[in-house]
Amino acid sequence: MNKLRASVLMRHEVGLHARPSVKLTKLAKAFESHIDLGLSPDGPWVDAKSIVKVMATKAPKDSTIYFRAEGTDAKAALEALVTLVDGDFQDGR
Amino acid sequence: MDDRTHRASHRIEGRSAAPGIALGPLVRLTPVKHDARQHRSAAEERQALLDALAASQLALTVLAREAGDADAEAILSFQIALLEDDNLAAPAFARIAAGEAANRAWNAAIDPEIASYDGASDPYFRARASDLRDLRDRVLRHLAGETDQTVPSGVIVAADDMPPSTFLATDWRDGGLVLRRGSPSSHVAILARSRGVPMIVGVDVDHLENGRDALLDGYAGLLIVDPDTEMRAIYRRRRAEQSQVRQAAASFSGPALTATGESVRVMINVTGLAELSDLDPAYVDGIGLMRTEFLFQGREKLPTEEEQYQIYRRMVEWAAGRPVTIRTLDAGGDKPIMGLTQPGDINPFLGVRGVRLSLRHLDVFREQLRALARAAVAGNLKVMIPMVTVPEELDRCRTLLEQALEDLRREGLEAQLPPLGMMVEVPAAALTIEDFNADFFSIGSNDLIQYVAAASRDEPQLADLARPSRAVFGLIRHVVDYAVSSGRETSLCGDLAGDPEQVAALLDHGLRIFSVAPGALGPVKAAIARYTGAAA
Repeated sequence: MNKLRASVLMRHEVGLHARPSVKLTKLAKAFESHIDLGLSPDGPWVDAKSIVKVMATKAPKDSTIYFRAEGTDAKAALEALVTLVDGDFQDGR
Repeated sequence: MDDRTHRASHRIEGRSAAPGIALGPLVRLTPVKHDARQHRSAAEERQALLDALAASQLALTVLAREAGDADAEAILSFQIALLEDDNLAAPAFARIAAGEAANRAWNAAIDPEIASYDGASDPYFRARASDLRDLRDRVLRHLAGETDQTVPSGVIVAADDMPPSTFLATDWRDGGLVLRRGSPSSHVAILARSRGVPMIVGVDVDHLENGRDALLDGYAGLLIVDPDTEMRAIYRRRRAEQSQVRQAAASFSGPALTATGESVRVMINVTGLAELSDLDPAYVDGIGLMRTEFLFQGREKLPTEEEQYQIYRRMVEWAAGRPVTIRTLDAGGDKPIMGLTQPGDINPFLGVRGVRLSLRHLDVFREQLRALARAAVAGNLKVMIPMVTVPEELDRCRTLLEQALEDLRREGLEAQLPPLGMMVEVPAAALTIEDFNADFFSIGSNDLIQYVAAASRDEPQLADLARPSRAVFGLIRHVVDYAVSSGRETSLCGDLAGDPEQVAALLDHGLRIFSVAPGALGPVKAAIARYTGAAA
């Protein structure tokens, strides 16, 4: 068991809403690793590739998003996800 | 209240979700019933749900491709992503395996999700319940073998809720929407606002009758059923005004054409990047005047070459190939700059300002010219020199610009020689315009007017002198005529260009390029559209 971890502050205006969730899960699915998302460092964790689960966290603006990943491309996956959230989902809305 | 003789008009208050006025018959949409399916084997039910999910996904994908705007596409892509997620339908398949019918199993899987959004404290997440209901009903319709609901155009639609997909499939010309559910932040409200469909929410639609005449006021959040004649007349007038305003807005976004179809270029005057953030470059024909003195004002140190380069380059990139005319520092007069202009100038407007100042502070001027030559590589950049009085001033600027280019290339920096033009604001220059070696002209009407009339624009007692007189228009015609005959472009970037009442006179004098404040774009384009040609 070798889980990599990362966290990032989400500043998106309305939180982890539909548009950002679509982007986030799409990006997560591009990696082979198993990736979890949570709103605290101890979970509870949900599958970052599932929009149903990700939206269900209803993460508001200014939440810190925690990721943990396990797999061959875990490091690259975490970097990409953190960049997406940190870059405000490249979403001006 | 007695309505046996005639139907009294009936006002129903809701909440505004999208502004606008609509008049038309009410059409009540009723929710689809989904219990009428026959129960088959678990394997058949499983296949039926798989087919319905696949068909829904395909329909949404087609809809997203045809939607043609970012809002609609984002909403549909959320629904598509939900369908692609096995987690959504997993509970339904478990129920089917346990012997339940596909439609009931699907309902049972989705309803808790909908309930969870309905119960969210954040209005944004609460509004997503409607997207899930839409998705649920779409799949149910496929399970029942029904085709998608269609809504006629030109009516006021009343419904419990309206799924974005139904909204997008409807022709909303002259129509409006009344919902019980939904909120101003629901997806369908976002779509209604972006497409100009009047909409209100929070109305008890159960008591609304099909076919009754109604009037929808999306501004006030009001529905009037069976409006009386007077009310109808008032709202017809308001709707006519609304369509006029919309037409003006449409002309604002398109190219400017006179009534006879002649095209006129309308550019904007800006002071920095901030003003561009809300503006779509497609709405303008370029930047006719970027005033750089605002980069220099209100700071302790003058901006470096690098700082200036970054700003100029981003402007050129924003314009995406359209011209960006950047005026070199026009300090002095009414625009003092710390450490550069001399305080206590006896007569600042007739003193050391504009190019006169730049040619006396070559270190500052050279940095600006270097930044401009570097940014010129990024697109269609033009350099404009302010307050030019005699040809020699412009010649010196040209030499300095060429030197800057040579220096940059020697240092290995990418640079390009941009077109060099001049502001025409000193009467001496306007009168002898054919003596100047300029690539283009831009008439600065504010200064030209006050110099021609020898009357300050800041002196209220002289307001009737400091105005666009026949003398001013005579100079404008002289410059425009020379520019046309010598194959150069002339624009006008002063306040005169942004005054809709002066547009016809300027067009009469041959001007075909206007540069105005962004806020004047609509009114000026509208005035151009009214122009039928020079008065005989």
